[in-house]
Amino acid sequence: MAKKTIKIRAKLKGDKTTVKCLMTHPMETGLRKDKKTGKLIPAHFISEVVAEAGGKNVLTSNWSGGVSKNPYLSFAFTGAAKGDEVKISWTDNQGGSDSASAKIK
Amino acid sequence: MTTNIKRRVFLKGSLAAGTAGVAASAGLLAPQAVVAAWNEKAFKAKSMDDALNAALGATSTDASDKIKIKAPDIAENGAVVPVSISADMSGVESIALLAANNNTPLVATFNMGAGGVPDVSTRIKMANTGDVIAVVKAGGKLHSARKSVKVTIGGCGG
Repeated sequence: MAKKTIKIRAKLKGDKTTVKCLMTHPMETGLRKDKKTGKLIPAHFISEVVAEAGGKNVLTSNWSGGVSKNPYLSFAFTGAAKGDEVKISWTDNQGGSDSASAKIK
Repeated sequence: MTTNIKRRVFLKGSLAAGTAGVAASAGLLAPQAVVAAWNEKAFKAKSMDDALNAALGATSTDASDKIKIKAPDIAENGAVVPVSISADMSGVESIALLAANNNTPLVATFNMGAGGVPDVSTRIKMANTGDVIAVVKAGGKLHSARKSVKVTIGGCGG
């Protein structure tokens, strides 16, 4: 099984859908030093997270290296129904990206 | 007196050079942006005002009690500080999250899409004890709220 970097939980309550997700990412700020070599570890962090529900963009989030390692993100939106698909994708500053989707429960 | 005047001139000169240097480096950095949408200038800004200016185009914000920041009073580990922001407003376009004493204060921006509810939470890094600031853009106006978080590195629980 391929390693997934995003875990998503989406839950509908009333007319509000709350999405919680966890991503796996080192989130290096570029300010930390490697303890062994004393060199700076290059910045490597998620710079953009895009969330879509039913094909519509619901959240675009831009981050710096100030977000913690293995970032957690939760957000909410209205106008979705049970069973709709929520898709979350991220892009990092080194050109890496991943996406995952889950159904709203 | 003459020495005093000279000192003034010198200070002015060095200040001007300082700003020019910042502007130049910002200009040099811009073409390197990997993601076009990512606001390099705002995220690399070293001061609150610079970050706000680059991200939202203004530095003046109205303090609002409609914005709620949920963060611990004392964070034992500055590398993981859970922060939730919710705003009881309509027409929220974006939320910016800043940590005042960080090297680069702007941590994250959230732009609301279709049906977006201003209720986000994440975990951020904080270099030092300081304020967590949320700036909410709603109806073309900027509103802000802040909450002080004490960071105890060493994790003795304060």
